[in-house]
Amino acid sequence: MDLVALLAIQVLYAIASLALISVGLAIIFGMMRVINLAHGEFLMLGGYAAIVATNNGVNIWLSMLVVAPIVVGLIGVVVERTIIRFLYGRMIDTMLATWGLSLFLVGLTTAIFGNTTVGISAPLGSFQIGAYRTSAYTLFVIAVAAVVLAAIFAVMRWTRLGLIARGTMQNANMAAALGVNPPRVYAITFGVGAALSGLAGAVLAPVSGVFPTIGVAYVAKSFITVIGGGAAILTGTVSASALFGTINQIATFVTTPVFGEVALLGAAIVLIRLLPQGITGRFFRRGL
Amino acid sequence: MNGRALNLLGLGLVAVIGIAFLVLIPRLFELDVVLELTVYMIMAILALSLALIWGYGGILCFGQSAFFGLGAYTYAIAVFNIGESTIPLLLAIVLPAAFAALLGYFMFYGRISDVYLGVITLTVTLILFNSVNSTAGPEFRIGSARLGGFNGIPGIPPLNFPGNKASPIDLEGMFYLATISLLATYFGLRLLLASRFGRIIVGIRENERRAELLGYDPRAYKLATFTIGGALAGFAGCLFANWGNFVSPTIFGLAQSAQIIIWVIVGGRGTLIGPIVGCIGIQWLTTALGANQPSGGPDWWAKIFANAPLILGIILIAFVLLVPKGLVPTLGDLGQWLLSSRGKRAKTRLEPKRAEEG
Amino acid sequence: MTEPLLQTRDLSMHFGGVRAVRHVDFSLAEGELRCLIGPNGAGKSTFFKMLTGQLQPTHGHILFRGQEISYAHAHEIARLGIGIKTQVPSVFDGLSVRENIWLAANRIHSRAQTKRVVDEMLERVGLTEAAERLVGQLAHGQRQWVELGLVLATDPQLILLDEPAAGMTHEEVHKTAELVREINRTKALIVVEHDMQFIRMIAKQVTVFNQGSVLVEDTVESIMRNPQVRDIYLGKQAAA
Repeated sequence: MDLVALLAIQVLYAIASLALISVGLAIIFGMMRVINLAHGEFLMLGGYAAIVATNNGVNIWLSMLVVAPIVVGLIGVVVERTIIRFLYGRMIDTMLATWGLSLFLVGLTTAIFGNTTVGISAPLGSFQIGAYRTSAYTLFVIAVAAVVLAAIFAVMRWTRLGLIARGTMQNANMAAALGVNPPRVYAITFGVGAALSGLAGAVLAPVSGVFPTIGVAYVAKSFITVIGGGAAILTGTVSASALFGTINQIATFVTTPVFGEVALLGAAIVLIRLLPQGITGRFFRRGL
Repeated sequence: MNGRALNLLGLGLVAVIGIAFLVLIPRLFELDVVLELTVYMIMAILALSLALIWGYGGILCFGQSAFFGLGAYTYAIAVFNIGESTIPLLLAIVLPAAFAALLGYFMFYGRISDVYLGVITLTVTLILFNSVNSTAGPEFRIGSARLGGFNGIPGIPPLNFPGNKASPIDLEGMFYLATISLLATYFGLRLLLASRFGRIIVGIRENERRAELLGYDPRAYKLATFTIGGALAGFAGCLFANWGNFVSPTIFGLAQSAQIIIWVIVGGRGTLIGPIVGCIGIQWLTTALGANQPSGGPDWWAKIFANAPLILGIILIAFVLLVPKGLVPTLGDLGQWLLSSRGKRAKTRLEPKRAEEG
Repeated sequence: MTEPLLQTRDLSMHFGGVRAVRHVDFSLAEGELRCLIGPNGAGKSTFFKMLTGQLQPTHGHILFRGQEISYAHAHEIARLGIGIKTQVPSVFDGLSVRENIWLAANRIHSRAQTKRVVDEMLERVGLTEAAERLVGQLAHGQRQWVELGLVLATDPQLILLDEPAAGMTHEEVHKTAELVREINRTKALIVVEHDMQFIRMIAKQVTVFNQGSVLVEDTVESIMRNPQVRDIYLGKQAAA
């Protein structure tokens, strides 16, 4: 019974961390049709921002939940203004340019921070489930994911910005015709997506540590999640995270983490073969 | 026809330069230079594999290093188990090709669009990287070969002359093998592209819907192209594992995949000579920048110039924004910088035209 | 009664809530030339896309010489002998005119034959002079001819032409009409067109589409006199 509870928490954690690392990418892809291959590096920068701030005396919660998203969000806006905006409508070129950006950021952080892992210890300690101990931080990550998703839902559902976002998702030209200013929407969207990635990277930094190439560990999973989820940002991310997180964690539990990853890939390829438009291309079409 | 004459002239030029290179290099340079050039030749074969898939087939493959790495690992594992290198070499071609065919089947028959194709191939590569990276424990072994995880597999036995285990190919022999393989690949692909098959895949790249309405099945042609590209990359991987007698998971890494893309972008899609020049140029550039650090120079020099990701990232962004087609002037400049021979410069300028003639 | 070349039964295509084509029963005899007319959005292009496998019908059947092709792939239908010239010329822009025609002819001919067929086709569509030029650099009218050449070079039994005279000069329209009549000596055609002058030059039998359904089917003369047709479509055209 304790084991079941433990497994349940771990599955939930796998789902939450997948959703967390994917949601920034999902927003940028869903609204702008931009596939940001520097996404993993945005997560990495979030981790560094949190660690540098903490080491300079900023409260750790403040560093993770406020400093990191703001720093990476600003970087996102700069990237959108200097690179992405020249490439709208050229999806493949955007992918290539953001890939270049990804390499550049890896190189830059290596030059500044060196090629070693830095970390901050996870706050909150651990707690007991029967015979097992598990980190209380796990629950915090799950909570952050829940809050982020709820916040996106609220913004999309009830604010003007959300309405514009949904309109742009449905039809960019139509939104433009209605007097929405797409360049500004795009810059804000890219910034918000980057900020959420920064938040995710910061929140996960105590778990994994941070090093310049950590983006690689995230980027594959987040792409699988976003593509598996399809065009609807929220329902897509949640449903794909739930599916892949469960498969990954159960396979990991039964065998090894390596097989967990392979199972994740296998599931993703089969899913994309069956549903090229992603889960929300077929189900939950009216989702946000 | 003028185009045809130019075509033949170009082919002749490549052949002459190739043979001169093959004969002269080992006589003119020390072994370390020959060794360095050998890896350029191997990588150029890898560049050609993507030049075919992407440049001519229009298939956006961001994971060409998956086939490259698979070829290298297949050779390493097989040669440890078998000893004689002929079958491992063949396996290192067949296995990546089969993997490409399987992946290609899923993608093309699933009607997955361009952009997703890029993401999926990239993802596959990264998962391979993560998987192989975490096989460090002694329990991960295939037959008598230990996978070694992030430590890689050292001491891979070299290729031997077919059927004769006692006569391995030495370092100079590797140079000849790699250079001849590159020339054979180049001319083989030219032949392929001039064939019925080659013309059809270019047609599909140009307008897939029209090709379909004429009665060609684009899925089958793309699958075949992708499989050939996978086989070529696997072959290059096998040579690479031989070259260093070593293979590690970084071969699947993002940096490796990015490099191949950069070679083709810089050199130009839709040409064969472009990616070769792009590959050799970029490799030379990163090596030279890293190695030629002035003694007693400032600390930041190494941090910036010996920093391959930083340099490659800037090159990729700059080319996408400023010369998205791998423009010929850039190529000409690069060629001018790299090679003093006038003939080679003219050749790079003519290539795009000839390629379309193909 | 002989079997029709092409037949559709209760053919329908819905896009979400929009019914682009509704319950169309259409029949074309061997060797027939039929014109399709109707206002924009009447479902003509969608109908063509279903016939060529570019769209899968929501329900209903398409029979080509009695063979069910409703859910076949586009390339399979092409191989059965249906060719289409699309509304916006769909050609290989990055290749030369000769290479374009070559790709088409090559599918059904041997290597040696292909060369001969390509030369003949270049002559027939009047592009021998421009054979080595890139199609992407040609004027719109010439690109139309390239596409026609492509379609003819695959030697289809049924040819669908979507607005072949659009964007052509008066002279080119005459030339096109002549070519269509010539093609019709050996092949069946369905032609979508707005230009009534052009239709008068080529057609005997005309089918009128309106709001996704077949409104009426009759000879060209009767259609021109039909007040219903006039109301929905011809009014402004005939006056112009």
